[in-house]
Amino acid sequence: MNAKRHVARMTVLLATAALLVTACSGSSSPPATSAPASSAGASSPAGSPITLTIAANAVVGGKSNQEAAWITNYVIPTFEKQMAAQGENVTVNFNGTGVADEQYKAQLALDLKSGSGADVFDMDGIWIGEFAQANYIKPLNQIVPAADGWDGWAQITPAVQANMSYQGQRYGIPSGTDGRFLYFNKSVFAKAGLPADWQPTSWQDILTAAQTIKSKVPGVTPLQIDAGTAMGEATTAQGFLPLLVGTGVKLYDESTQKWQGNTTQIQDVLNFYKQVYTTGLGDPQIQLAAKGRDQSFQEFSQEKIGILGESDYMWRGVINPTGGVDPMQDRNTEVGWTLMPAMTPGSGVNGQSFVSISGGGGRVLNPNTKYPKEAWALLSFMASKDAVLQYTNGQAQITQRNDVNSQILSSDPLLTFVATKVLPLTVYRPGFAVYPQVSQALQLASQEVFAGKSVSDAATEYNNTLVQLVGADHVASGS
Amino acid sequence: MDRDRLAPTVAPNRERSESDLLVRRLLRRIGFYLFVVIVGAYFALPMLWLVFAPFDAHPTLVAAPPSSFTLGNFPDLLKDPNALPSLANSVVLAVATMVLVVAAAAPAAYALSRVRIPGRDLLLYVLLLFSSVVTGTAAMVPLFLLVFDLGLINTQMGVVLVLAGGLIPAGIFILKDFVDSMPKSYEESARVCGAGSLQILRDIVLPYARPGLAVIAVWVVVNVWSNFLIPFILLRDPGLLPAAVVIYNFYTEGGQANLRLISSFGLLYSIPVVAMYLFVNRRYGFRFYGGIKG
Amino acid sequence: MSDPNATALRTRGAVAFLTPALLLIAVFLVFPALWTLYLGLTDYRLTGIQAAYPHVIGLNNYTAALGDPAFANSLWVTLLYVLGSAVIGQAGLGFALAWIFRRWRGPARNALEVLVITAWIIPSSVVAFLWIAFLDTRQGTLNAALGNAAIPWLFSWPLLSIIVFNTWRGTAFSMLLFGGALNTLPPSHLETARLAGASSWQQLRDIALPTIRGHILTNLLLISLWTFNDFTPYLITAGGPNFATDTLPVYIFRNALINFQLGYGAAISAILLGINLVIALIYMRLLRARS
Repeated sequence: MNAKRHVARMTVLLATAALLVTACSGSSSPPATSAPASSAGASSPAGSPITLTIAANAVVGGKSNQEAAWITNYVIPTFEKQMAAQGENVTVNFNGTGVADEQYKAQLALDLKSGSGADVFDMDGIWIGEFAQANYIKPLNQIVPAADGWDGWAQITPAVQANMSYQGQRYGIPSGTDGRFLYFNKSVFAKAGLPADWQPTSWQDILTAAQTIKSKVPGVTPLQIDAGTAMGEATTAQGFLPLLVGTGVKLYDESTQKWQGNTTQIQDVLNFYKQVYTTGLGDPQIQLAAKGRDQSFQEFSQEKIGILGESDYMWRGVINPTGGVDPMQDRNTEVGWTLMPAMTPGSGVNGQSFVSISGGGGRVLNPNTKYPKEAWALLSFMASKDAVLQYTNGQAQITQRNDVNSQILSSDPLLTFVATKVLPLTVYRPGFAVYPQVSQALQLASQEVFAGKSVSDAATEYNNTLVQLVGADHVASGS
Repeated sequence: MDRDRLAPTVAPNRERSESDLLVRRLLRRIGFYLFVVIVGAYFALPMLWLVFAPFDAHPTLVAAPPSSFTLGNFPDLLKDPNALPSLANSVVLAVATMVLVVAAAAPAAYALSRVRIPGRDLLLYVLLLFSSVVTGTAAMVPLFLLVFDLGLINTQMGVVLVLAGGLIPAGIFILKDFVDSMPKSYEESARVCGAGSLQILRDIVLPYARPGLAVIAVWVVVNVWSNFLIPFILLRDPGLLPAAVVIYNFYTEGGQANLRLISSFGLLYSIPVVAMYLFVNRRYGFRFYGGIKG
Repeated sequence: MSDPNATALRTRGAVAFLTPALLLIAVFLVFPALWTLYLGLTDYRLTGIQAAYPHVIGLNNYTAALGDPAFANSLWVTLLYVLGSAVIGQAGLGFALAWIFRRWRGPARNALEVLVITAWIIPSSVVAFLWIAFLDTRQGTLNAALGNAAIPWLFSWPLLSIIVFNTWRGTAFSMLLFGGALNTLPPSHLETARLAGASSWQQLRDIALPTIRGHILTNLLLISLWTFNDFTPYLITAGGPNFATDTLPVYIFRNALINFQLGYGAAISAILLGINLVIALIYMRLLRARS
C-alpha cells in the first residue's frame, strides 16, 4: 500500500505541476485587442508605456535568421532608443515563427480576422490582394495619412512598390525582391564543349545546349526547369511563368482583365515542357518526387545538372559556400548565369528579348493597431537607409532601396547582374485571391504533358478549370 | 462470458513421436527467430538516416555513413534560442493533456460501462468522428475564434483544453473495453463493505484497468508531442511553442530543408518520448492480472 | 440483492463521473465540429472576398466534390491504403508482436519494442526524409540491402511504398493496445489450456482472440479512422506520381486547404465522416455477428 500511495502522490504532484505550468503561462505578448475607432491618429500621452509587436516568419538560428537577428539585435534596441530620445516610452517585442509560408499566412489571417495580431508584420506581395479583399488590411494612407509623404518611396522603384499594392493603393513597404534567370555549371559546359559565357537568345538555344550536354556528358541531367504539382508554386514562378512571358503575354492582362486560357502561348509553354521531359533533356522523376526541389538543388551542387532555372535565392541560400544548405565551395568560379531568353528574340512581353519574373514581400501595418503613429514610425524606420544597410550586414543582396543597392552590390557580380540587368525586365505575378488556384492548374498542366497527355488535352483541361475559377468572360482563349 | 470457456477444443494426440515433436519445436524456434530478425530489420533499417545525418556535416537525402563526421550540428541547433525550450514545452503540454484526458476519460468510461446507454458505442464513435473533424485544418477558424472568445489565445492552457477535448472520446473508446470486462462482483463486494463510488473507482476500477490507462497515457503523450496544428494556431509567443512547431524553424526562407539541423533536432525530439515510455513501462508496466487485494 | 440507496448513489455518481469529460467534449469538440460542418454549406475562405462576405451555397460543395472523378480515385486509393496498412499491416503485425512479447523477456525483446515505439514517435517531417532515403532509387538503403537493386519504389510502386511505410509507422499503437488487452487475460486460463495440450495457435484462436474481441473491434475502428485522415504520405510522395497515392487527406489538401477554402474543405471532411461511419458499421456487423 505504501508503494501505491507513493506512486499516486508522485502522479498527483507531477500532474498538478504540469497543469499549473500551463495555467500560469500567460501570454508574454500584448493581449489581443481591437482598436477603438477614436485612436486613429492619436498617440499616447508622453511617458505612458507603449508596446509594439513585430511579426515575421523568421527565427534566430533558423529560418530567415538574418532578418530575425537584425530585428532582435538592431531594430528593436535602436528604435526604442530613438523613441526614448523623443520622450516616448516604447517597448518593441518580436514574435518570430519559422514555418512554411502558407502556415504563416494562415496564422496572420486568423489574427487579423479576430482584430488582433502584431502591429507590424511581414507579408508576401502576392497575398496583398486576398487580404485586402477580406478587409484584413487597409491602405497605408488610411491608417496613417502621413504615410504618403515618406521620403523612402523615392528610393523604391514603382514596379517594386506595386508588389505591395492593390488596386493602386499602397498597403505596405516592400522589403526586397528577386529575379529569375538561368544558372549553368561551367565544368559541365566545358565537357560538352559549350562556352563559359553562354548566352542563349531563344528557347531553341536552350534545347540545343541541353541536347549537347545529353550526348557529350552522360550521367548529368542536362536541364532542370521546375514542373509538376509536387513543387507547388516553385513550378509556376520558376518554370511556367518565365516561359510564358517569353511568349509575349502575361498570365493576367490588366487592360483586358483576362487570364490566359487555352491560347497558343500556353500551348507553346506546354510543348516546351513536353519536349524537355519526354526526350531525356530533363529528369521527370525529380518533378514527381515529394522533395524534388531539394533534390534538384542537391544535384546541381553535386554537378549532376547542367542548366537550372531559379531565382537568386539559390545563389544566396542554397549553393552559398558559407551557410547554404547545399554549399558549393567553388560556386563563384563554377557557376555561370545568364538571362532567360524569350521564345524567340523580341517575342517576350513588351517586345523584350529577355524576360524574368519577380516576387518579394514587405511589411504591412495592422489596421487594428492601437498606436498607428508609433507603428508607422517603426515601419518606416525598418525601411530606412541605415536600417536596410544594417540588415544586409555586409552581405550582397538585392534590397528594396536603390540607394542601398548601388552601395552594396558591387562586391557580388551575380546580384549586381540581377539588380541591373534582370530587374528592369521583370514582371510580377497577379496578386488576386484566385491566383494560387490558377497556379495549381498550371502546375497540373505542366505535369500532364509528360505523363502522357497531349498538349491540347492538357491545355483544354487547364482552360476548363480556369473558366470555373474566374468565369468565361475573364478567360482569353486562342484558336 | 467468453472468458469462461477454458477447455481446448482439440484433444492432444499422444501418439506423436518424440523426434517429431522436437523437429516441430526446432522449426518453431527458427520461425520465431526469423520473424524477429526480419521485423527488427524492417523497423531498424529506415532509421539509419537518423543515425547518420545528425553527425554529418553535409547530410543529403540519402542514408550513408557521414562523409565528414561532426558533432557540430548540435551546437548550431542551439543557436536558435527556442530549440531546447521547445522540448520542455512539449513535455508540459504532453503531460498536462495526458493527465486531463485520463482524469476525464477514466471515470467517464466507468460510468458509461455501468450505466448502459443504448447505442453507447455508436455514440462514442460519432464523437470520434467529430474529433477527426476538429483535428483537421478545416476547423482552424472555429477553433481559433472559440479560444479567442475564451481569452485563451497564446496560453498553453488553451492548447491543452483543445487537445484534451479532441482526445477524450478516443480515450473513453479505448478504455471502455477494459472496464467492460471487469467482473461486477468486484464492485458489489466493495459496496457491501460500504465503499462509495469514488472509492470504488480509485481502488478497484483504476487498478483493474491499468493496462488500458497506460495505453491511453502513452497514446496521448505521443499524439500531443507530434501535434503541430493546434499549438501553431493558438500560440503566438515563440517561447511557448512546442517542438513539433519549432522543427519547422529549420527550413530556409525558400522552403528548403536544412538537413543538418532537422536531423539533429529530430533526434533530440524523439529521445524524450522514448525515455518517457521506458520510464512508464518500467515503473508502472502495462500489466495487470489477478484479483484485487485489500 | 441490491440496495436502492446504492443504485441512487451510482446514478448520481455516474453523472458526476461523466461531467468533466462531457464538459470538455461539449465545449472543445462538439461545438467547433458542428460549426465546421456548417461551414461546409458555405463558400467560406480564410482570405479573399469570401472571408469577409461568405455565402451559404447549400450542397454545392458536396456535389462538386462527389462529381469530381479525382475524388473517386482518391477514395479508392484511400480504401486500399487503409486496408493494407491499417487492417492488415498495423493490426496484424501489432497483434503478432503483442503475442510474442507476452512471455518473452530480455534485451532483444526490449530493443525490438523500443524500435517499434521509436518509429511511431519520430516527427512526421523527419520521417519523410527517413523513408525517402530508404526508398531512393539509386542509393536507397532498401535497394542496397537487396543487393544493389535499382528499383524505383516511389515511382513504380508508390501505393505499396506508403502502405509499407504506414505499417512501420503505426504498428506501435496496435502493439500497445493488444498488449494491454492480452495483459488483462488471466494467465491461468491460457496455462490451463496449455497443460491440457492445446498448442500456442489453439490458445490464441480459442481463448485469447474471443476474449479480446471488443479490443480488436476498437482497435480496427480507431486505426482505420486515423489512417483515413493521415496526411503523412503527402510528405513522401506528394500524392503522386500522377495521383497514385492521392489519398483523401491529400485530396482535401490539394483541392481545398492549400488555398484555405475552408468551406469546401469542411464539406469534403463531412463526406469523409459519412464514409467512415459506413465502414464502422461494416466492422461492427462483421465482428459482432459471430458472438
